[in-house]
Amino acid sequence: MPRRETPEINGGSMADIAFLLLIFFLVTTTMDVDTGISRKLPAMPEVDIEEPEVKIKKRNLFIVLINRNDQLLVQGDLLNIRDLKDKAKEFILNENNSKDLPVKEPTYIPELGRTYPVSKGVISLQNDRGTSYGKYIQVQNELVAAFNEVREDAAFNEYGKSFDDLSEKEEDAIKKMHPLRLSEAEPKNIGD
Amino acid sequence: MAFERKRKKGSPGISTASLPDIVFMLLFFFMVATVMREVELKVEVNAGDLPEATEIKKLEKKSLVSYIYVGKPKPAFRTMYGSEPRIQLNSAFADVNDIREYIIAERELRDEAEIPFMTTSLKVHEGTKMGIITDIKQELRKASALKINYSAQERTSEL
Repeated sequence: MPRRETPEINGGSMADIAFLLLIFFLVTTTMDVDTGISRKLPAMPEVDIEEPEVKIKKRNLFIVLINRNDQLLVQGDLLNIRDLKDKAKEFILNENNSKDLPVKEPTYIPELGRTYPVSKGVISLQNDRGTSYGKYIQVQNELVAAFNEVREDAAFNEYGKSFDDLSEKEEDAIKKMHPLRLSEAEPKNIGD
Repeated sequence: MAFERKRKKGSPGISTASLPDIVFMLLFFFMVATVMREVELKVEVNAGDLPEATEIKKLEKKSLVSYIYVGKPKPAFRTMYGSEPRIQLNSAFADVNDIREYIIAERELRDEAEIPFMTTSLKVHEGTKMGIITDIKQELRKASALKINYSAQERTSEL
């Protein structure tokens, strides 16, 4: 039996089909990447274990309060948010070993192979339930920015490169030199 | 005058045989780049409503991210849910107490090894009051979902 040749399929409409699909994906595409400030919440204390009250010396504590009118009270003074980063950096570094700023404890850092005076300072952030989320994020951002800048400077001093370019071990060393101690107190109604 | 005669013929048509190839190339690019929004937003948190920040990082591994949306209900839902900021989990309005269940359900969808790397992304309208956010954070702490990401956009203007 002679085999009949199969008729060829017309490929002329291929472009139309592809265009149709292309337009569909063009319309549904959202190219935006999700960005944001990453933070870690403190673990919930066990219910039956009584939390021993941690006493922190006044000089080791940097208190930031935000009231319901989005005003900032830093270390007891009203402060503009523009000055917050510099104030926080001054607190973290305590370059002149001032008596009012945090104690530095020489700690051995294995990655560095020597001791480094690590600050014992803690930044405490408290907000009111009426504070706006936008302000809260601004303040969080300024505080994180202060730490990032301090770490960036340290990375340049120790390794001569940016913090982002460090190896994992070098990054750990810098993190141990300037630990991110940012505590968020249990929520309460301040400034009613 | 062979030269002149040739000119009168006009330009030959461009072959369109490679058009499907070009279109397919574009198609594949968009297919790969497309991320389809899985949930329909019922609260008002558009891209422009997120707070602005400078210390932002890209959210890696989208498959390990669970989202919590907070904002005012969209106009169509205002009669039922009011105009006070509400929480949206998946595609439904939810209460603060539902968050723990949501986190547990999200964990069950992933491998056990991946659970420690799971992140919760908070997409919150910048005008929301912190009260509701603190409640959410307390619930997340109770569910031990400690890695969070405050969704924010690049700051364009000075403080």
